[in-house]
Amino acid sequence: MKHRIGASIALVLLALLGFAGGARAADKVKAVASFSILGDMVKQVGGDRIDVITLVGPDGDAHVYEPTPADAKNLATAQILFTNGLGFEGWMDRLEKSSGFRGKVMVASTGVKPRTMVEDEKTVTDPHAWQSLANGKLYVANIRDGLIAVDPEGKSVYEANAAKYLDALAKEEADVRAALAALPQERRKIITSHDAFGYFGAAYGLEIVAPEGVSTESEASAKDVAKIIRQIKAERIPAVFMENITDHRLLDQIASETGAKIGGELYTDALSPPDGPAPTYLDMFRHNVGALTAAVSA
Amino acid sequence: MIDAITQPFIEFSFMRRALVGCLALSLGAPPIGVFLMLRRMSLMGDAMSHAILPGAAVGYLLAGLSLFAMSLGGFAAGLAVALSAGLVARSTVLREDASLAAFYLASLALGVLIVSVKGSNIDLLHVLFGTVLALDDHALLLVASISTLSLVVLAVIYRPLVLECFDPQFLRSTSDLSSPTHFTFLVLVVLNLVSGFQALGTLMAVGIMLLPAIAARFWADDVSGLILAAILSAFAASLSGLLLSYYANVPTGPAIILLAGVFYLLSVLLGVKGGLIWGLLPRKHFEA
Repeated sequence: MKHRIGASIALVLLALLGFAGGARAADKVKAVASFSILGDMVKQVGGDRIDVITLVGPDGDAHVYEPTPADAKNLATAQILFTNGLGFEGWMDRLEKSSGFRGKVMVASTGVKPRTMVEDEKTVTDPHAWQSLANGKLYVANIRDGLIAVDPEGKSVYEANAAKYLDALAKEEADVRAALAALPQERRKIITSHDAFGYFGAAYGLEIVAPEGVSTESEASAKDVAKIIRQIKAERIPAVFMENITDHRLLDQIASETGAKIGGELYTDALSPPDGPAPTYLDMFRHNVGALTAAVSA
Repeated sequence: MIDAITQPFIEFSFMRRALVGCLALSLGAPPIGVFLMLRRMSLMGDAMSHAILPGAAVGYLLAGLSLFAMSLGGFAAGLAVALSAGLVARSTVLREDASLAAFYLASLALGVLIVSVKGSNIDLLHVLFGTVLALDDHALLLVASISTLSLVVLAVIYRPLVLECFDPQFLRSTSDLSSPTHFTFLVLVVLNLVSGFQALGTLMAVGIMLLPAIAARFWADDVSGLILAAILSAFAASLSGLLLSYYANVPTGPAIILLAGVFYLLSVLLGVKGGLIWGLLPRKHFEA
């Protein structure tokens, strides 16, 4: 009797071990992406082979993000971390060190030709490189290479996913060019509350004027607002845009004073929640271009 | 000179709106501040502004950037804290300052907790720091209505309120008006802070309420004189603060409050009622 109990316990233990071993083999690659747009790209390339955790979620502002203990926990067990780089996630270095992360770090913007912008009278690197689809394609290639490096067995899957996604991005890029080329030259000018569109404007020929500095951190003074109003009037800028992460009251005021049109929300640094208009990187582009052309052509 | 003062307001409607908003605020809040000061409750304004913040935050989380929801939330939270503190103070051994501290600290903690649990990391302080440059019609109407209401109510409760300031025992022994007056006054405090946070943010709203009132102490002896001096000093701070923000390129809310602080310091030095400088001059100066 005793022997049989012992034997069955041993069998159960063996079975459990087997399960655990099997489960480990089928485990997905655990990837962490710093913000929602990058998270979506990683998901598109990784497909079912990976689990993606996004640190700064939909509608969140990565410029002023405060990492939480849960972020550190997620990062500690991850095999690969995707960041934008170009100084976008100022808090990432500290998080990486404090979490004891030992995986691979992939900077998605590697290979992008950085633009500069002026912030507080200093010239700094503009981190919003994903706002050009050409850069988006570089991101996708980097993500693919990063995933292959940590999970060589999935090479064919990642390559196939990335190829399909790159096609979709190329097709979208052609659509964006066509849509903007259809607009009259003198109306291709907008003003937006956060100058995250430097890459977009340069890639697709749209002039972007920003009422605040690049950072969402400083409060506008009366002098700034006055300058912007004069500028809108002088240059006859047809449309003013809000984005999903800053206070819209100031823009409302500027629009009502200048007669410029308020062109709806643009998504720049974060995607919308799944039920919103821009739940993925491609949706974000479609939404933004639709809103831009509608406001500027009217 | 005149040109430099009027030009921004002639050219830009946002400057006119900001000025109107600040002037309306300067009519309503400083008289309340005078009574707070006279009742030795100056620091209560600060505590109340903290009590309002979580209510406004909850309003923001529930309804987004809606003026109505945020004001209502702030008003409800502020009122709940002020009234419960008042009730505890009047029915137990605890003094008003201690019970107020207990309630507002708990309220503040609850607010921070709700904001953190609710997830989105949009910097709420940006939203709660009112933007005096972005006052729309609704915000202006709200500020103006609250100032009007507060002046009318203040006129109605003026006598018992003054008595409550100088001889609360007498008021309590001769009439039942003491408690109603006190609570009406607390409602006015909360209302004016809510109105101020639309324009200046919760932290700065206390500034426009108290700094002019305290500065006024150096210019007048009687209550009506204090109120007048406080309002004038708030007007001056609003106008010069807006101009400072326009010409020196600094944020508007802090500029206004900082200038109110400068007026306070000047009053401490030069005020005709006990300003420091008069003590340094020979005594004859006064007798002449």
